[in-house]
Amino acid sequence: MSVMTYIGAIGAAQQEAMSADERVIIIGEDVEANVYGTTGGGKQRAEQGDFVQQFGKNRIRNTPISEEAIVGTAIGAAMTGLRPIVDLSYSSFLYMAMDQFVNQAAKNRYMFGGQSSIPVVFRSAMFYGLNTGAHHSDRPYPMFMNVPGLKIMAPSSASDAKGLLRSAIASDDPVLTFEAVPLWGQKEEVDDNEYFIPFGVARTRREGKDVTVVGISGSLPLALKAAEQLAEQDIDAEVIDPRTLVPLDTKTILESVKRTGRLVIAEPAHRTCGAAAEIAAVVAEKAQPYLKAPIIRLTALDMQIPFSPSLEKLMYPTTETIADAIKKVCGRTAL
Amino acid sequence: MNNWCIEMKAGRNLDKDTLLEMQRRMLRIRLFDERASKMVKRGYIPGTVHTSIGQEAQVVGACMALGKGDHMTGNHRSHGHPIGMGSPLGPLMAELVGKATGVCQGKGGSLHLADYSVGSLGESGITGSAIPIAVGAALSAQVLGENRVAICFFGDGTANQGVLYESMNLASAYKLPVIFLCENNFYALSTPSHTVTGGRIVDRAAGFGMPGVLVENGQDVMDVYDAVADAADRARRGDGPTLIEVMTYRFREHSEGLRINVDYRDSEEKALWTSRDPIVMFREELIAEGISNSDEMDAIEAEIEQEVEDCATFALESPDPDPSIAFQHLYTDEYELEGAL
Repeated sequence: MSVMTYIGAIGAAQQEAMSADERVIIIGEDVEANVYGTTGGGKQRAEQGDFVQQFGKNRIRNTPISEEAIVGTAIGAAMTGLRPIVDLSYSSFLYMAMDQFVNQAAKNRYMFGGQSSIPVVFRSAMFYGLNTGAHHSDRPYPMFMNVPGLKIMAPSSASDAKGLLRSAIASDDPVLTFEAVPLWGQKEEVDDNEYFIPFGVARTRREGKDVTVVGISGSLPLALKAAEQLAEQDIDAEVIDPRTLVPLDTKTILESVKRTGRLVIAEPAHRTCGAAAEIAAVVAEKAQPYLKAPIIRLTALDMQIPFSPSLEKLMYPTTETIADAIKKVCGRTAL
Repeated sequence: MNNWCIEMKAGRNLDKDTLLEMQRRMLRIRLFDERASKMVKRGYIPGTVHTSIGQEAQVVGACMALGKGDHMTGNHRSHGHPIGMGSPLGPLMAELVGKATGVCQGKGGSLHLADYSVGSLGESGITGSAIPIAVGAALSAQVLGENRVAICFFGDGTANQGVLYESMNLASAYKLPVIFLCENNFYALSTPSHTVTGGRIVDRAAGFGMPGVLVENGQDVMDVYDAVADAADRARRGDGPTLIEVMTYRFREHSEGLRINVDYRDSEEKALWTSRDPIVMFREELIAEGISNSDEMDAIEAEIEQEVEDCATFALESPDPDPSIAFQHLYTDEYELEGAL
């Protein structure tokens, strides 16, 4: 075990995958210089050099700023023998390649009656809460949840990030990763050995009997903190991290809600048709008789993100707003 | 040189079998699409189709300049491309009709044919969308050290899609073994492409540091073959991509059943191009060169007519797909669908 940061764990997963399988390549803007710290760096860089030195320029390549071509090329390469990892850096940049995600990555296997498999990973990071302004702060994973054929992971911890990314690279289907940049520096004990966390299996981060709190991506650590605070007030919250949004482990969430009878969902994405909306709908359909209180969603409101730090801090769920919502569904304060 | 060969302009010699196979494949495309057109009209093929009638030389010349293991991506007008690569007709026609025996098991249809067994990675109903897919096939060839090339077919209308230029730049920068082939049939549906295109398409190659080759007589299967074979040679040598613009003409409307009130193509123009039918011209050339004779050509035409007859019968007599297939092939692994219809 080593203490790793979230971003360090992503780098470790990439290095393991590049070492394990020569068909794995990394392409993207500025990947050769390890600008974002996932293609070398840290202790590994000092000891083994960066990925260019380790794996050669044939397998790690800078690309032009051409998201549509990068994404399409990676899909074509995946259909013909490679297992590319595409580093798209900011999640907002995915929009430039929307046609390729929606019409090629997601549809080719289906349309062609299973003739193709498309083992490709598209990594991107959500730079929200960091005063990057409206163009760089997006948390767009719900848009892609609406595209059947894509798999989506949104880890909230270093150990999950490493194990899920290995599974993503090993998957024969296109996977989009949405990394939470506010969590990049968070540290956790991570297994140095190779391990794979299956998609579609939620992780219960804290067991509790009074209320189920589902935290997605950067909202998960806030939910955990809120749960710890409320333990002192005799509220026992169960905190669940779905970890992957497609497939979504509704079973774990439903079982929890049936025990606790209460549900709070927190996520940094917009409200309409978000992951929280989907989870709330599933629970309303399948566990409504167990509910002792209305479901509460904590999301970014359907509003663009302002630049000023004093304004941006108003935009996403916080430990306090999550704690307040838990108290409400538990009847401690008025709904 | 024996008398079974035509001496090509680039010095390439093709044996008789190959030349006759070119004619066979052009005939397959022509007769397949004529049959498809009738089947749309009679309601056997749902939706519509875009035929390659008139453009057979451009398709077959390009496809036959490639080899086994090479890859191809198409566009919305793409029945011809898999046929050009050697696909059997039955599963293609069954796909157009929407049957279980279709090459995509009835889930693609006319606009989304793919036949991986001949290197056809799929056509795309979204114009331009499959261009970077071919670039990706070239990237995998380069990274894996496999001596493959890839070709993407797109039209003069799509030549104004940004993705083409992102793809050409990436391919040129990486020196990828890919061929960009513009099938210039002069019209983007009804819009004369010169009215919406700045400069010549072929000249755009220079801006990306790659050769641009203009095939003025795209109705000559040999001219197209030459240009593509040269580009494939360059690609295999590691000299990177080529842009080829082939001037051709579609004899029929943009899509079957489409009625356009404006006469956007004048009758003189249409008459000129239809008088230069690529299949008729190649037949005459093969006979004039002493490679074949009219009896042999007639026999080949009868053979392909029968093939097309058989493929239509196969398609119409095939069963509908099992309903369960609608819910398969989204992912490679088991996937539990939520909800009810």
